[in-house]
Amino acid sequence: MAYTIEGSTGAWEVVVGLEVHAQVISKSKLFSGAATAFGAAPNSQVSFVDAAFPGMLPVPNREAIAQAVRTGLGLAAEINLVSRFDRKNYFYADLPQGYQISQFEHPIVGKGVVDIALADGSTKQVGITRLHLEQDAGKSLHDQHPTKSFIDLNRSGVALMEIVSEPDIRSPEEAGAYVKKLRSILRYLGTCDGNMEEGSLRADVNVSVRKAGEAYRTRCEVKNVNSVRFVMQAVEAEALRQIAVWESGGTVEQETRLFDANRGETRPMRSKEDAHDYRYFPDPDLLPVVLEQSWVDALKAALPELPDAKQARFIREYGLSPYDAAVLVAEQATAQFFEAVASGRDAKLAANWVTGDFFAALNRTGRSIENPPITAAALGRLLDLMADGTINGKIAKEVFEAMLDSGEDPAAIVDARGLRQVTDTSAIDAAVDAVLAANPEKVAEYKSGKDKLFGFFVGNVMKAMAGKGNPALVNAALKQRLG
Amino acid sequence: MTLTDLTLAQARDGLRARDFSAVELTEAYLSAIAAVNPRLNAYVLVTDEAARAQARAADAALAAGDHGALTGIPLAIKDLFCTRGVRTTAGSRILAPFVPPYESTVTANLLRDGAVFLGKANMDEFAMGSSNMTSAFGPVASPWTRRGDNRALVPGGSSGGSAAAVSARIALGATATDTGGSIRQPASFCGIVGIKPTYGRCSRWGIVAFASSLDQAGPVARTVEDAAILLGSMAGFDAKDSTSADLAVPDFAAACRRGVKGLRIGVPREYRMEGMAPEIEALWQQGLGWLRDAGAEIVDVSLPHTKYGLATYYIVAPAEASSNLARYDGVRFGARSAGGDLAELYENTRAEGFGEEVKRRVLIGTYVLSAGYYDAYYLKAQKVRALILRDFTEVFRSVDALVTPTAPTAAFAQGEKMDDPITMYLNDIFTVPANMSGIPGISVPAGLDGQALPLGLQVLGKPFDEETVFAVGAALERAAGFTALPGIRAGG
Repeated sequence: MAYTIEGSTGAWEVVVGLEVHAQVISKSKLFSGAATAFGAAPNSQVSFVDAAFPGMLPVPNREAIAQAVRTGLGLAAEINLVSRFDRKNYFYADLPQGYQISQFEHPIVGKGVVDIALADGSTKQVGITRLHLEQDAGKSLHDQHPTKSFIDLNRSGVALMEIVSEPDIRSPEEAGAYVKKLRSILRYLGTCDGNMEEGSLRADVNVSVRKAGEAYRTRCEVKNVNSVRFVMQAVEAEALRQIAVWESGGTVEQETRLFDANRGETRPMRSKEDAHDYRYFPDPDLLPVVLEQSWVDALKAALPELPDAKQARFIREYGLSPYDAAVLVAEQATAQFFEAVASGRDAKLAANWVTGDFFAALNRTGRSIENPPITAAALGRLLDLMADGTINGKIAKEVFEAMLDSGEDPAAIVDARGLRQVTDTSAIDAAVDAVLAANPEKVAEYKSGKDKLFGFFVGNVMKAMAGKGNPALVNAALKQRLG
Repeated sequence: MTLTDLTLAQARDGLRARDFSAVELTEAYLSAIAAVNPRLNAYVLVTDEAARAQARAADAALAAGDHGALTGIPLAIKDLFCTRGVRTTAGSRILAPFVPPYESTVTANLLRDGAVFLGKANMDEFAMGSSNMTSAFGPVASPWTRRGDNRALVPGGSSGGSAAAVSARIALGATATDTGGSIRQPASFCGIVGIKPTYGRCSRWGIVAFASSLDQAGPVARTVEDAAILLGSMAGFDAKDSTSADLAVPDFAAACRRGVKGLRIGVPREYRMEGMAPEIEALWQQGLGWLRDAGAEIVDVSLPHTKYGLATYYIVAPAEASSNLARYDGVRFGARSAGGDLAELYENTRAEGFGEEVKRRVLIGTYVLSAGYYDAYYLKAQKVRALILRDFTEVFRSVDALVTPTAPTAAFAQGEKMDDPITMYLNDIFTVPANMSGIPGISVPAGLDGQALPLGLQVLGKPFDEETVFAVGAALERAAGFTALPGIRAGG
């Protein structure tokens, strides 16, 4: 079912395109040697180039260009072997040059595509229009002094990739799925850390609404949305606002808006009338960026396995469901963890444990997959204890909790706590006899046809054996005694 | 003979032979500056103490026998080159308080080779001008005057301070920059040599930018050989300038001795401008005659798009300047004029910091890049620029160099041509095409006009073939035997 919003005049379709700004992982800035680490003391990572001192010149950072190309390859996009840097001119206190070096007419990456998976099991392709490199601006701090503004130029000149999607997105869910998928690809590629809280990934959300079959109506751009949840909320809030405008007989004006997460609404930032004339022109300090096809090919050959390919392989090699596979490949570290656990073992069981108890443990402990409370090797050894019959599944959960608490090896825990599964048939027979003897009326009911009571007997026998009975042997013994 | 009369090559040889010391040579120049500069205003800053220290170091190096190409040679540095710890103003009030914490690549190269810096040379504000009238630090007077007329003349621009200083013998040589003729036109006006090398030959790093795709550093000097020696030090690849050419620097001085026998010299018919002074036309013909006599073949050629050069230059250069000068906002360095909010800070700083000519060009540049005008002006100008380059490329298939006048007139008086900016812009008509196409060009003094003012001839060459330009320039110099001296000069 296509997503629509029901207004007083009928159903409205939502049309969304995203411009994602992704900070390039690179030791130095796009055109200077200054460092890019997050959280450094203000103005401690600023070269004379970044501060636009007289006579300073930009020199392109080859690694930043390689990162943009890797990203383009990861988005199955055209790589433009010749691209160009342009100047986007405007005045602001945290823009030292008085212009941003960007790529306007000739971006380094052209059309590409991102596949997104939706909750109903369907998939969808979102087109990528282009990816270009540009400089970040500095930061203005207006709350540090009663009458002055402070400027921090640490970000000034940091390389950003602006990734522009086609207006292919049709719902908040699709917008969220797109950002998540894009972030996942960028992280796999190692071209952006995708950290939205630190501002490494930010989205400008272009929203318009229309009736089915109509041409596009006027769009508004919601700037600088900094979480997946806010992207989804901003799409919905802005669509609802526009529908209200149209349905009250008004006209949506093209403008730039901000999303207020506290109020869950967008509000105007600047209108078309005070839109800048950026006076774009080719930056005369820089030569065109000319790439060798062989260099691009070498980057392509060195790309890691990306989420889609990995998901397909997990389904194929491990027999996982598409859903489980998607969950496990979303983060490269999770996929790696899973493969370490699954290697040489029952992959489905491994997937269940990783996505079940292990993920729950991550949540509970607040730890990350990179710094897990239980290593993949230890979890693997726990699975081995189940596989060789040392413990059963129920006891395994107990051992898992003990591993979380103590950090000890599963085999040690099993030994120390005497959790080894009982396979001694005489002990099982004795427990079965005792349970049947204590419940003569239930035995009678069972024998008169109340089959469901079999579970009751199993539970009681296991209870009597402190959970350590071998479930198969317990079942067999009960079946035999009850006829 | 006084020390300040020596050419750079002679002074270099004298220093190496220990005929005199670097300190003596520098002191001679500092005395000459003290005596002459008040009449010329060629220097905006004299760094006498630093110069003496550099001269002492040069003497030590000479004594130790480990001298560079320029050890002990006193130079003036155009105030567009950032010099570490030494105020650099670009001739503008907005940079009046600016002391760069870095040394431009070109001046660093000169220091590497042992040069002594006497001080910073006056110039048109941000290198925008052909008269040196636009400097925030007052105009430079040419050391030359018309016969029987004491009125102060302009030295040309924008490197007017550099040219006046070299001509008046208060610098042995000087750095300069050329965006539309700013080396060659003042060299012509002041009776000295100036070469704009090929775009990319000298690093632009640390030179205050005017129009990035046109700006190029070069020397002004008293002889072609001196200019060759200086350029040899200034030039070279610099990874800090993306437009710098990764090419070895040839022995330019050796090229001066090559001669012109067998060279084909082109004469572009489009440079026969209507209304050009007959004596300039005559000098041009004479120059061609000298080259023919020296064994060159003279051929007529056509550069059909030359006539659009000036108009397109005055679109491209202001466009780039309007963007390059955006950084002078009072926020991080230079002069600041307070304002109630950010917009007012910008407006006050730039209104008070920039002079009229700079404002005019920033406005023109902003206009031609604006939405709705970009295609008609900037984009069209870039297309014409490509055609101008194509003209040269075509012509250089059949000739080795071109010879033209450097400027359509001799020097004019301070205050003349000031009513209409267009008249002033016409000064650049013969020089601008070399900037638009990036090719090298030299101006060599070739004679005097009827009022005893110097006139220069320009030699244009193929990209990165400065050697042929020097060879032809040196041949003109030898034939012209230009020995006239300005009225205002050291020891004069």
